[in-house]
Amino acid sequence: MAVITDELEEKKPLVAKTWDLCRRQPLGAFGALIVIAMIVAATFANVLSAYDPLWNNFEHMLEGPNAAHWMGTDEFGRDILTRIFYGARTALFIGLTAACFGATGGLVLGVASAYFGGIFDLIFQRIMDVIMAFPLIILALVVVATLGPGTENVIIAITIPFIPQCARVVRSSALAICEIPYVDAARALGFSHRRIILRHMVPNVMAPYLIMLTTFVGQAILLEAVLSYLGMGVQDPTPAWGLMLKGGAEEYIESAPWVSIFPGLAISLAVFGFNLFGDALRDVLDPKLRRE
Amino acid sequence: MYQYIVKRLLLIVPTLFGAALLVFFLLRLLPGDVCEVRLAGTGTWFDPQVLELCREELGLNDPLIVQFGDFVGGYFTGDLGTSMWTGQPITHEIGLRFKLSLQLAIMATLVAVAFAIPLGIISAVKQDTWIDYVVRAFSITGIAIPSFWLGIMIILGILIVTQNLFGEGWMPPINYVSPFEDPLGNLAQLIWPAVATGYRYSAVATRMTRSAMLEVLREDYVRTARAKGLAEKLIINRHALKNALLPVVTIIGIEFAFLIGGLVVTEQVFNLNGLGKLFVDAVGHQDFALTQQLVMLVVLIFVVTNLVIDILYAWLDPRIRYA
Repeated sequence: MAVITDELEEKKPLVAKTWDLCRRQPLGAFGALIVIAMIVAATFANVLSAYDPLWNNFEHMLEGPNAAHWMGTDEFGRDILTRIFYGARTALFIGLTAACFGATGGLVLGVASAYFGGIFDLIFQRIMDVIMAFPLIILALVVVATLGPGTENVIIAITIPFIPQCARVVRSSALAICEIPYVDAARALGFSHRRIILRHMVPNVMAPYLIMLTTFVGQAILLEAVLSYLGMGVQDPTPAWGLMLKGGAEEYIESAPWVSIFPGLAISLAVFGFNLFGDALRDVLDPKLRRE
Repeated sequence: MYQYIVKRLLLIVPTLFGAALLVFFLLRLLPGDVCEVRLAGTGTWFDPQVLELCREELGLNDPLIVQFGDFVGGYFTGDLGTSMWTGQPITHEIGLRFKLSLQLAIMATLVAVAFAIPLGIISAVKQDTWIDYVVRAFSITGIAIPSFWLGIMIILGILIVTQNLFGEGWMPPINYVSPFEDPLGNLAQLIWPAVATGYRYSAVATRMTRSAMLEVLREDYVRTARAKGLAEKLIINRHALKNALLPVVTIIGIEFAFLIGGLVVTEQVFNLNGLGKLFVDAVGHQDFALTQQLVMLVVLIFVVTNLVIDILYAWLDPRIRYA
């Protein structure tokens, strides 16, 4: 956030600047609040909850929400709230890693493709076409099928479909920048490719890059939940929201609805938060959409 | 225009070939195959010779290039092969499920369009009023809620309501009946997943309709129409909506293509025997033959839909000319 506010108004103190931004983007501020809450829950999961997320307690199986277990317990007597806190860790870790790799990979390839052009660009575009022809979930499933389930493989499976999405957006911005005379000027001065790309082009495509990055985090969290729900993502006993829905949700839908309600709420809220935050970021960073 | 269509059709070929290459080798990278899954399922120790025999029968021992040749060659001879798991022809396996998936995709699209276009228009026309905020909250929520969880919640809701009304819980039927034989039974099964996925889909389309309408409403010709005293209703329907529909058509097309093959999880939740479930099963059994054909089908639908959208573009907007 600090970077954005610095650009807009330089002289006010940080607190006032943040407050200004919150007033102009109330929904975005709300999204940021959810994201911060999620980060806090993930970081301090062990402090916030007295229970062990993996500890089976067969005396308290499938208990409804009560004073000791605010969101009830699952079929192994594990505290659901605790597992949601620890699940936030898994979701954030996978979401952020996949989004960073996906967006950065797309940034590098997109800028390179626009800068070098020619045959490299053509081949690269055709490869991206092929990858983009797969629906997100289908490609992720094929990759997971190849690599097997597990946290690292889920990250790879989510990252791969992200790369062409980001590359395409970055490439079109980068192509526009290539037309601007200062790139020619930099070339005329005899700067190396590396210097032109890193110092002159990359900073100018930061806006679409950051927008894609935040959008990806929400998408990645959703995709991870889907894969885990299908049994092809994070594996038990690691607490993950999608996995929590897989275990008991359908079997106990009548007798213990809380098992399925709360993890789903957690997924929705997290994606909601990142989407709102991303929308606000787009409004702030994209000058075309900025309101007078 | 015809030249353009022919050019695009020809461009589909390398895309499909690339997809075939990608999925074929991705699948072959994984350790294990359908024979191991099948024999491990019996739970007892098995003779390595049986395993070899099974692989030999299914052609898994052939060199990769031969297998790939068979896979691609099948498209020219019209023989898509047989499922390595059930031994049934793949066209038969897919044919069984395609009807359900297609119907569900159409129903979800109808649900989505029925909500998205009116809501998007109202939201844009009444920008920054409470109606706009409600519609935007509705659509942002729709994008955040995973449709499979919404499905679980719908089932839960049905159970609670029927329990209170009739004293016993009711669940949507599991067996598929053709809409032409038993329209009510068919609807009772498929309306719920259609709503669960249609909501998400309508959320995306609502946002698109709203932003496209907002843009068009600021155009000069809308101001001209207002200045000459046209009724507001006429301006919105005739002048604004027609021009705003273009990006909406794109979104609807892309999502429709996605719905046919991509309802993997929703089908799981509602126990539907569609293409998505077939896909998950095929991946689980490491049934390469079926998996790659399903992927190719989905990719083909995707690519063709994109082409149709582009042609629709030119038809909807005479300003667009493809050279």
